[in-house]
Amino acid sequence: MAVFATRLWRNKALLAGSFILLAIVLLAVFASLISPYDPYVQDLANRSVPPVWDDKGSWLHPLGTDPLGRDYLSRLFYGARISLLIGISVALISGVIGTAMGMLAGYFGGKLDMAVSFLVTTRLSMPVILVALATVALVGGSLPVVILVLGLLKWDRFAVVMRSATQQVRALEYVSAAQSAGASTWRILVGEVLPNVLPHLIVIATLEAASAILLEASLSFLGLGVQPPLPSWGLMISEAKAYMFFSFWLIAIPGTALALLIFAINLAGDGLHQWFTPQERG
Amino acid sequence: MFFYMLKRLGLALLVALTVSFLAYMLVFLSGDPALALAGEGARQADIDMVRKTYGLDRPVLVQYADWLWKLVQGNLGTSVYFKTEVGPLVFEKLNVTLLLGVYALAVALLVAVPLGVLAAIYKNSWIDRLCLGIAVLGQALPNFFFALLLIMLFSISLRVLPVSGSGTWQHFVMPAIALGYYAAPAFMRLIRAGMIEVLGADYIRTARAKGLPASTVVFKHALRNAIVPVVALAAVQLGYLLGGSVVIETIFALDGLGYLAYQSITYKDFPVMQIIVLMLSVIYVLLTLASDIANAWLDPRIRVA
Repeated sequence: MAVFATRLWRNKALLAGSFILLAIVLLAVFASLISPYDPYVQDLANRSVPPVWDDKGSWLHPLGTDPLGRDYLSRLFYGARISLLIGISVALISGVIGTAMGMLAGYFGGKLDMAVSFLVTTRLSMPVILVALATVALVGGSLPVVILVLGLLKWDRFAVVMRSATQQVRALEYVSAAQSAGASTWRILVGEVLPNVLPHLIVIATLEAASAILLEASLSFLGLGVQPPLPSWGLMISEAKAYMFFSFWLIAIPGTALALLIFAINLAGDGLHQWFTPQERG
Repeated sequence: MFFYMLKRLGLALLVALTVSFLAYMLVFLSGDPALALAGEGARQADIDMVRKTYGLDRPVLVQYADWLWKLVQGNLGTSVYFKTEVGPLVFEKLNVTLLLGVYALAVALLVAVPLGVLAAIYKNSWIDRLCLGIAVLGQALPNFFFALLLIMLFSISLRVLPVSGSGTWQHFVMPAIALGYYAAPAFMRLIRAGMIEVLGADYIRTARAKGLPASTVVFKHALRNAIVPVVALAAVQLGYLLGGSVVIETIFALDGLGYLAYQSITYKDFPVMQIIVLMLSVIYVLLTLASDIANAWLDPRIRVA
């Protein structure tokens, strides 16, 4: 335990990243308890109130209100839910697809490996953002559609990393021991190989979650992602774009929130990478 | 080498063919493309007419084969929205986007090379950590948010650059920065790792022992070798940058392929949409092909695999 604490204390990236991330998760989970207002209720008498640090701001709306008079702090809290939901579910969907493909290709090799490599190459050649934009526009933008489209598009890195990780593990002795003991392929893959490639999986999952959150924000910013009145941070920036010359905080606040969230996830991911591969440091 | 190239070329062709099929089928995600083309509230007779005009009444595979056959002959179809031929339209915009991509790549390298070299020379010092910090921070900033920050700074506060449009080189400055900075961290990490490896090599020690100035050793001997893998990454990154141009060109209303892609998606201009998806994918395939062949040429060990 003491060793664990010392290692964690030395791993500043993991420490700082998970601390910020935990704070954002808590704000998102308890959004309904801590939000001062309903994020959807418009108060037309109080439109575009500047945040509290502005001369015209007040503590009634700490981060001000948007051009429809909705409390910005409350929308920011609820927006965290959308970003986190996107990050977690896209990483889950693409993680399951990519891991299955990568592990099967790495374990069996041969024709299956060639087929998976071909699928990965094909998928990589298609620009994610463009295909996602087109798909969401054609199917119709909503939160589930965005999650599904990104989940079905972003499995490539999982497949690539899981493939080579599985190849390495397959050659190890305990796998051949399990094989000669007559364990089924499924059992070897899930019981022996998966626990050993798990560290790689976790690091990739953090990176993919961050990239999915950025993609959703970009799609929503272009108006082809999550639809109003949902308080997606990307959508909030998009809605504020017309007012950016007069009320820049409307863009700066959700933009900073997005950057902070991505920064925290990437930092935690870097930290986890160091945690799992201590010898690679320095 | 010859067989390696042949194999690689065959694979590239197969990928391009698969992508062409996917790009064509993309349109059918809307359910019935005829319905989407006719617009909302169209009468059944109009929908039937659209279906017939665009040949959508035939089996899907026949439509695809017909489209591909025309494509091979150089007929890229007609835009539904602009009412012009897709070929000239798309190739004209491609020039703008390629230019933007190359500028963005230059921005990325201009940031990444000095930072990467600095981080490698002062490995594990505060300078190294600062460079890494810049990289992590840069990767966290959404590019559209960064683009808006640039507009606030250069167009509103300093009033030195135009907000949007295309035509002069000034119009490319902000888009190139907004697109390129995002690729910088990947280059930086690669250059740092490469430089650390090279700086520990024997011939660098020899060069140092000969009494050559530190700058000559770093820039003439070390960087030249550390930059080799960067060339391969640059090809792949350029492909990513072209895809990312959709967001950046739309923000700055830069009249390139990305902006056209956005327009074709919002106007449901299917023929243009299909060609752009295919085109960007084929460019990516060609870039990776070129980088693979260059790598095999530089490093004979790869050819065997």
